[in-house]
Amino acid sequence: MIDNLILLLENPVAFVDLAINGVLIGAIFVLVAYGMALVWGVMNIINICQGEFVILGGFVAFYFSKWGINPMLGVAAAFVLLLIVGWILYRLVIFRIVDRDLFTSILATFGISILLSQTMNEIFSADVEIARHGLGTWSLFDGRITLEQIKLAAFALAMVIGLALVIYMKNSRAGQAIRATAQNARAARIMGIDTNAVYARTYALNAAICGAAGALVAMIFTIQAYGGLAFTVRGFLVVIVAGLGNLPGVIIAGLSLGAAEQVASFVFGLEYQLAFVFGMLVLIVIYRQIRLGFRRQYLR
Amino acid sequence: MSQTARIQKPRFNAQTWIILAGIAIIGSVAPFVEPTLVGQMTVFWIMVLLSYTWDTMGGQMGYNSFGNVVFFGIGMYVTAAIQVGLYTDLGTYTAAKGGIKLTLTLGQYFTGLAIGLVAAGLAGFLAALLIGSGILGLRGHYFAIGSLALGIFVAELASGWELIGAGSGLVPPLYPGVESARSLWLYFGCFALAGITFLVLQWVYSRRFGLALNAIRDDEDKAEAMGLHTTRYKTIAWAISGIFLGVCGGLAGNFFQFIDPRDTAFSGATYGVWMVLMVVLGGKGTFWGPLIGALLFHVFKELFWSYLLGLQYIALGLLVVVIVVFFPEGIVGWFRERFPHWFGERVDPPPEATAADPVREPAE
Repeated sequence: MIDNLILLLENPVAFVDLAINGVLIGAIFVLVAYGMALVWGVMNIINICQGEFVILGGFVAFYFSKWGINPMLGVAAAFVLLLIVGWILYRLVIFRIVDRDLFTSILATFGISILLSQTMNEIFSADVEIARHGLGTWSLFDGRITLEQIKLAAFALAMVIGLALVIYMKNSRAGQAIRATAQNARAARIMGIDTNAVYARTYALNAAICGAAGALVAMIFTIQAYGGLAFTVRGFLVVIVAGLGNLPGVIIAGLSLGAAEQVASFVFGLEYQLAFVFGMLVLIVIYRQIRLGFRRQYLR
Repeated sequence: MSQTARIQKPRFNAQTWIILAGIAIIGSVAPFVEPTLVGQMTVFWIMVLLSYTWDTMGGQMGYNSFGNVVFFGIGMYVTAAIQVGLYTDLGTYTAAKGGIKLTLTLGQYFTGLAIGLVAAGLAGFLAALLIGSGILGLRGHYFAIGSLALGIFVAELASGWELIGAGSGLVPPLYPGVESARSLWLYFGCFALAGITFLVLQWVYSRRFGLALNAIRDDEDKAEAMGLHTTRYKTIAWAISGIFLGVCGGLAGNFFQFIDPRDTAFSGATYGVWMVLMVVLGGKGTFWGPLIGALLFHVFKELFWSYLLGLQYIALGLLVVVIVVFFPEGIVGWFRERFPHWFGERVDPPPEATAADPVREPAE
């Protein structure tokens, strides 16, 4: 572990290489976190099955590549499929827990998460899968920095999706309705917004974003039926670091989480990569508490 | 949350003792009546232990922990590591990945187990104190997700740690005697531990400490304003459940005879969520709720395993959703809403319904 750290310090180019690759992956975390913040802000639900949407989207891209279709098309297909899945889930379960306490929503979405991951395990098996995309690798500076083209493409695509989403939320009537509901659901109802439809749209949209992100994950990363919870935790981590409704914060936090994760998995070893993510969450949550504790003394 | 004022009678009346004695008799006779099901019944008592220890946090204190499974797993590992480590080198034992068979005498086995269980309780207690003082200042959902992440974090750590066998797990030493004797004493170990846990926890709840826990559940800010050191109470409550979870984990590790970091010890998707589910099913914060929940859940689980093999986890996920969404107050809670006098609670009628009250005319 210390050897790796020294290696990294002596060789800053390798560090940059890791960081760039991490930032490119981080774009995915930004999308997942954005969806999570959307559902959390609008519906006051922490969606634990976020990661399962990602993995489900990933399997769409995987099957596209298996059937010989370009997995990039899988991004669009995953978006549409997850839009439907999210809408059905809302109509079946989620609308019953919108007004309930957070414990109920956490446990219910955790149940959905178990249900989805086990169903995927049953249908697609528990193997670690990767979608073949046929894109090559660029090496820069005599091979010191390697850039996989697919990661660049995924990063660009993720940014395009994110941008489209922001424009949708800012300018379209539907997006305005979502934002109005987030600000004050009661007032929004008085103004004639069908908040139930807004919730359904929000939840379906979140699932669709995650699905599209997942299709990218299948190309640049690996997907596995049980791998969903890690994405949920990453999303939650990014959201609590950035704060709700702070889009630049979400982008910065997401990209830096990606970079930090890559560096950490190099330093601590690949088997501790997930431990790093979950440990980070615990640490940040504790840090938050200590910070709030200091602030409280002034308030009271 | 509750609209009716509740006055609690002392929980241990004659009726309670009769029921408890009945359970004790049934529990002691059952393994001799149905020797083929001893394993099943052991799992049941482990489930009861898990649900009552979860209820301390989730039910009595209103802190929905998804991380209690950490202490269960720590107990498992500590017990097994001590059982092995007393008589051979732990590192070489785990490095052989089950290649070394430890042959012990009965005396050695039980000495190791006893020391291991005590250490497991202590380890659970200390771990809960340490972790609790870190994350128990958190409220609500931050605590829930923080503890969820904690469980997986520890699982990932354990599956990377070579000394305790990493991802290939740890095997506690084999019992030197006959198999039937092993399952029998394990059954009585779990049964006795469940009984002790139940009595100790109920005793704790009946003290001032229990009132403090309920106050934290009802309104933490007010409890703090009344001068309770809420974080201290929460940490101690977690540490108490940590003791019993640790010992329970030690017994469970010996019962399963194989400890896998992700699937048995720190298994958030099975034991971690089952313990929550059992308490929610039975009724959070109720006297008999966790027991009833554990019994029903165990029956459900066994039915799923027998008739839906291959789909059992899907069915369990569905069960989580159904119970949480449609039946959140649990069985005992459902009865309590409708028949509060069964629970020794006096319900004050809402003031406008009493005849003595002058009927207020709506101002027009």
